[in-house]
Amino acid sequence: MERIRITVGLGSCGIASGAKIVYEALKEKTQKLNVQIVKVGCIGICRYEPIVEIYKDGNRITYINVSEKDVEDIIEKTIKNNEIIESLSLKEENNNILNDPFLKRQTRIVLENCGKINPENIDEYGGYKALRKALKMDKDEIIHEVKESKLRGRGGAGFKTGDKWSLVKASAGDKKYVCCNADEGDPGAFMDRAILEGDPHSVIEAMIIAGYAVGASEGFIYVREEYPLAVERLKVAIKQAQSKKYLGKNILNSGFNFNLELRLGAGAFVCGEETALMASIEGKRGEPRLRPPYPAEKGVYNSPTLLNNVETFANIPIIILNGSAWFNSLGTDKSGGTKVFALGGKIKNTGLVEVPIGTELKEIIYDIGGGIANDKKFKAAQTGGPSGGCIPASLINVKMDYDNLKEIGTMMGSGGLIVTDEDTCMVDIAKFFLDFAVSESCGKCTPCRIGTKRVYEILDKITKGKGTIEDLENLDNLSKHIQATSFCGLGQTATNPVLSTMRYFKEEYISHIVEKKCPAKVCKDLLKYKINKELCKACGLCAKNCPVNAIIKTDDKYEIDESKCIKCGACFNNCHFKAIEKE
Amino acid sequence: MNKEIDEIIKNSESLIEMLQKIQKIDGYLYFERLFYLSEKLDMSLEDIYSTATFYNGFSFNMKGKYQINICLGTVCYVKGSKELSEEISKILNIKDGECTKDGKFSLDTTRCLGCCSMAPVMKINDDIYGFVKKEQVKEILAKYN
Amino acid sequence: MVTLKINDKEVSVNDGDTILDAAKKLNIFIPTLCYLKEINKVASCRMCLVEIKGLPKLMTSCSTEAKEGMEVYTETDKIKEARKNNLELLLSNHNKDCDNCLKNNQCKFQELLDKYDIKEKYKNTREKLNIDNSTTYLVRDSNKCILCGRCVDVCSKVQDISVIGRNGRGITTQIGCAFEYPMVDSPCIGCGQCTLVCPTGALTEKDDTKEVENAINNKDLHVIACTAPAVRAALGEEFDMPIGTNAKGKMVTSLRKLGFDKVFDVDFAADLTIMEEVNELIERIKENKNLPMFTSCSPGWIKYVEQYHPELIDNLSTCKSPQQMMGAILKTYYAKKENIDPSKIFVVMIMPCIAKKFERARDGANDIDVVLTTRETARMIKRQNIDFNSLEDSEYDLPLGIGASVVFGSSGGVMEAALRTLTETLTNKPLEKIEFNEVRGLDGIKEATYDVNGREINVAIVSGIKNAKKIIKKIKNKEVNYDFVEFMTCPGGCLNGGGQPYIDFDKYDVEEVKKLRMKCLMEEDKNLPIRKAHENPSIKELYKSFLDHPGSELAEKLLHTKYEKREKYKK
Repeated sequence: MERIRITVGLGSCGIASGAKIVYEALKEKTQKLNVQIVKVGCIGICRYEPIVEIYKDGNRITYINVSEKDVEDIIEKTIKNNEIIESLSLKEENNNILNDPFLKRQTRIVLENCGKINPENIDEYGGYKALRKALKMDKDEIIHEVKESKLRGRGGAGFKTGDKWSLVKASAGDKKYVCCNADEGDPGAFMDRAILEGDPHSVIEAMIIAGYAVGASEGFIYVREEYPLAVERLKVAIKQAQSKKYLGKNILNSGFNFNLELRLGAGAFVCGEETALMASIEGKRGEPRLRPPYPAEKGVYNSPTLLNNVETFANIPIIILNGSAWFNSLGTDKSGGTKVFALGGKIKNTGLVEVPIGTELKEIIYDIGGGIANDKKFKAAQTGGPSGGCIPASLINVKMDYDNLKEIGTMMGSGGLIVTDEDTCMVDIAKFFLDFAVSESCGKCTPCRIGTKRVYEILDKITKGKGTIEDLENLDNLSKHIQATSFCGLGQTATNPVLSTMRYFKEEYISHIVEKKCPAKVCKDLLKYKINKELCKACGLCAKNCPVNAIIKTDDKYEIDESKCIKCGACFNNCHFKAIEKE
Repeated sequence: MNKEIDEIIKNSESLIEMLQKIQKIDGYLYFERLFYLSEKLDMSLEDIYSTATFYNGFSFNMKGKYQINICLGTVCYVKGSKELSEEISKILNIKDGECTKDGKFSLDTTRCLGCCSMAPVMKINDDIYGFVKKEQVKEILAKYN
Repeated sequence: MVTLKINDKEVSVNDGDTILDAAKKLNIFIPTLCYLKEINKVASCRMCLVEIKGLPKLMTSCSTEAKEGMEVYTETDKIKEARKNNLELLLSNHNKDCDNCLKNNQCKFQELLDKYDIKEKYKNTREKLNIDNSTTYLVRDSNKCILCGRCVDVCSKVQDISVIGRNGRGITTQIGCAFEYPMVDSPCIGCGQCTLVCPTGALTEKDDTKEVENAINNKDLHVIACTAPAVRAALGEEFDMPIGTNAKGKMVTSLRKLGFDKVFDVDFAADLTIMEEVNELIERIKENKNLPMFTSCSPGWIKYVEQYHPELIDNLSTCKSPQQMMGAILKTYYAKKENIDPSKIFVVMIMPCIAKKFERARDGANDIDVVLTTRETARMIKRQNIDFNSLEDSEYDLPLGIGASVVFGSSGGVMEAALRTLTETLTNKPLEKIEFNEVRGLDGIKEATYDVNGREINVAIVSGIKNAKKIIKKIKNKEVNYDFVEFMTCPGGCLNGGGQPYIDFDKYDVEEVKKLRMKCLMEEDKNLPIRKAHENPSIKELYKSFLDHPGSELAEKLLHTKYEKREKYKK
C-alpha cells in the first residue's frame, strides 16, 4: 500500500498557533503506521493554522485549526478508516484547501511549493532542474531570458531584473557577489518569510543561476535575525545543496564555483536600501552611501554586486524552466509574472495572495479576501508599507502594477496590502508610519533625520486637536521637501503616507483641525465617551472598570465625568449592552 | 570568559556576526566583552559600539531570563499591541527596555515579527503568542515561573 | 578636462572634480556644512544642493562629478527653498544660544542662518543632553551638534583613533564615546582637530580666559605670557590678516596691552629642550639603549603612547616639553633671579594646542597656571577692543625672550633644531649649511639619514597619529632602523594644532593654510640672528649660572619627566 503523506504547516504562524505540538503528537502516534509526517511551510492562510493535510489515494484532505486533542481522531478516523472529520474539514471546498476561494483564485508560482513540500528535504524540491538547464545555457542567453520575462524587482522600486543582471555581468572585476535581500522590513509584509520558510531552495537555486550568469563566485543572503525559522531552514537548505554539489566547487561538473553564506540582519529597516544592506553585510553601520558608484560596479567589499530580493529570486527557476514567454504571458505589457501580497488589516481573509501583476485591487479584496471584516465599509488600502501610500475606495478598480500605483501616489513596495475600513483614521495611519520612519531613519541626512520627526510632531498635534490650517500647508511643504532632498530611498519615500492620505482624505485632516473631531473615532483626545441611558442597565460594570473613577452613579443610571475621563476605553470595551458610545 | 570570544572571532565573518554571537552568551552587550573584542580585532571600541548601537537587535541593558517582545508592526499596532505592552508594564512594574529586579522578565517592543495574521502578537523567548487579549497577559506570564 | 556651465558661466575643471570644485573656481559660493575636502564627503547635510539641467532631482554638488556640457544652477528658487528648509530643520534641533557661545561670529552654521534669514520655525523638542566638560581641554555640547560628522571623520580618518563616533540611529544619533564614556575617561588624546572642523559650537576648547583676566586684575600677581612658535604664524588670521602673516610683534604688544607683566618666547624653552634632548640622544646612542628615541614635545602624542603603546614608553625622551620646561624655569631660575616669590608668579602659556591644557597638570607640578590657545588669546584681545592690526610691533622681554628654535612650530622643526645642535656638538665644527631640507615640508612621514661625525644617524619625522600608527607598526616589526623620530600629534605639526584659528573651508583647504603658516615660520628662521639652540646666549647663561650642564642633577629634576601606562577607558 502506498505510504500516506501527512503535512503539517510549520511556518512561524503555524508554530505560533500550536502546530508544533500537533506535529510531535502525530509523529509519536503514527510510528507504527505506514505514514510519513512532513513539515511544510506556510500556505498563506494563517487563520486556518494549524493546518494538517493528508495525501491519501490521490486525494488531499485538509484539516484546519487542528489541536493536539484532534490527533487521535485524525489517526483513527481518517488515516485508518478514510472517514472525514467534519468539524475539522473545509466542507464547502470539498475538503481540499486548494478549493478555498482564497487560494483558488490565486496564481501561485512563487508560493507554489509553500505548504506543499518539506522545505528541509531537498529531494522534495526536485533536482535543481533550472540550474541544470541554466548551466548548459550561454550566460547571455540566461540574462536574455530574464530580460524577456519582464521580471521587475519585487522588493521596492521595481527595477528591471534583467537589466540589473546585465550591468553586473558587464562590470569588470575578478570577484563579484550575488546578494539576496531577505531583510523583509515592511511592517505587514511577510511573503519573503513564507518563501524562505516554505521553499528555501528556490532562492538558493536562483542565486546560483544568477552567480553563473553574471560571473560571481560568492553570494550572501542577508536575512533578518527576527526570522529564526527562516534562518534555520536556509542553513539546512544550504548544507543540503552543498552535499548535492549544487553549491561549492565545480558545480555539476560545469567548472563553475559558487559559495553561499548567510548574513544576519540585526534590525534596521534602512538595510533594505541596497547600499545600506551592503554596508551591513560588511559588518558596518547600515548607512546608505553615495551612488555612483552603483553596486553593479562597486558593491560588497567594493566588488560588482548583484542584489535582488527573495521574491524576485524565487521567480528565476521557473523562468528558466518554462521560458520567458510563458512567464510574461502573466502580468502586464511592462511587467511579467505575479506579485505576492500580504493581505491584512480589516479584511475577512488575511494571508498571502499571489496574483498576476495587473490584477484589480477589487478582486484581491473582495473575491480573494472575502471583503471587509464585520461587513464594514472599505475605506482604503495601504500598499508599499511605510514607503507607500493609500488607495482610496474610489480607486478600487486600479490594476495593481508598478506604474499604476506610482501614478496614484503609492507604490508596489514589497507587497504589504493593509485594508482599512470606516473605523480607521487616516491621520492616525499616517502618524503611525511617520513614527516608524522616525525610528528607522538612519540619521545620516538632515531632511530624513529631523524632517520626519517634525512631520510626526505636526501629525501628532493634529490628532490631538491642536492643529491649525497652516499646519496642513506646512505638512505638505515639509513632506515634499523630505521627498525631494533626502539622501536615500528611505527618506525620499518616508512621507508618502502623509502626502497620499492628504491627497485622498484631506477632509479627514480638516475635521481634526477645524471641527476637532476624528471621524473614525480613533484619536483619543478628540473622543468623548457617553452613556446611552436608554441602553444602560445600570449594572455598574463600567464604573468598576474605570481606572480613574470617572464614572459615577446618578439616580439609577451611570454618568461619565468628562473632566476625569482619560479616554482609555475600558468602559466601552467592557459594557455588555453597548450602552457606551463614542462621540 | 574571553576564550569564548576568541572562538567567536575565529568563526565569524563580520563584526555584526560577532556581536550577535556575543549577545547570545550574555543576553546583552557590555563594556568588558566589547573592550576585549576591540583589543583582539585591533579596532577602536567606539567603532564597535557605534555599529552596535545602530541596530535594534543589540541591547545594552540586562535581559531577563524570559524576554518578552511585543510586536509593534502595523497590523499588531492597529489591533492594539500597545495596550498589551502597557498591561505588561503594569503587571511587572517595568518600562519598555527594562528588566525586572529579580532578572526574570525583560520587556521590549519589536519590529514586525511577520505573524501579522495573528495580530496582536507577543513573544516570550522563542514562544509566539497570537491573538493575545489584554486579559490573557497575566495568565501567559504565569506560565513562566 | 571637462567644461561645464555654472549659472551660465563657463568653467573647465579636471576629470573627477566635483561641481563644488568647479563653483569654487568661479568664485560661486555654495554653502556646505558636512563636506571637508579629502576627509568628509558624505553628502549628508544637504546644503550644497544644486539644479542640473535635465535632471529632475536636486543634486549635492560636493559629491556630484562635473561632466562635460553640464548646465548647473546654484541659486534657483527651488534650491533656496530647499536650503532654507534644511536650515530650519537643523535649527530645530540646535540649541541656539549664540550670545553665550564661544563660536559666536565664527560659526558656519550661524553664518548660514543669517545669510538665509532663518527664524525659528519648529520648536526644539529634543531633550536637553548632557554637556561633556569632563576634560580640562575640551567641551562637547551635543545640544549644538548638527551631526555633520566632520569630527568623527577627522578622529577616524586623520588621527585613526576613532575615539568619538556616531552612537545610536536616526533622530537620537549622538556623537559620543563608546558606552557614552565621558571624554576624560576615554582614550581621547586631546589633539583638538575635531574643534577645528566643527561648523557649530558643539566642539570647542575649554575656555580659560576668565581665569587669566582675573589673574591680570589681581595686583599681587606677576603675570607672565609665553607664546609658542606656531602662534605667531596664525594669530593674525583672527584679525583678518592674510594667512601666513607673522604677527609676532603685534602679538607681543597686544599681550602687554592686555596687562601681562612680562611676555616671553617659548622659543627659548625650545632651545632648552634641544640642549637636554640632544644630550639624552647622544647618551642613548652611546649606550645603544632605548632607541629609536622619540620626541616628547607633543602632549597628544605622549598620551597616545601611554594609552596605546605603553611598551614603547622607554623610547620616549624624558625631556619635558618646551611648555613644561618654561614653567619650571620661570618658577625657579627666573623667580630667584628677579627675586619674586614663585607663588606670586602666574604663568600663562599661549599655545596652538588644546592638549597643552591637559599637559599642564601632568607632572603634578604647578609651574603653569593656565594654558590659552591661539583662539582664546584672540578672544581676549577682541574683548578688550584692541585694534590689533594697527598695533606697533614690539620685542619680547628678556632674558627669556630670545630663541633660536622657531622652527619647532612646524613638522620637522624639532628634528632640524636637534640636528643642528647634535651635529655641531659631536663634530665640534660649525655647520656649513644650517638647513636640513630633507626634514622640512608637510609630508606626514619623512625620513633622512645623516652622517654625523662618522656615524650614520637615521631619523624620521612623523605628524598625525594615523602616520604615527604606521611608523610604530614598522618599528615594532623591525622594518625600520631609526635612531631618532620626531612625532607630532597634528598633521603638519603645531602650526596646524587644535588650538589654532578656524579655517574658512569655503575659501581655503587645510593644506594651503598649513603651507602658508609653515612658510611664515621658515621665513622667520631664515632671518634669525641666532639659529642654533646651543648658541642662544640666554641658554648659555642659564646653564652657566643655574643648571650647570645638560643632564645635570638639577636639569634632571626640573626638566625631565616620567611617563606611565594609562588605561584607555578609566572605570
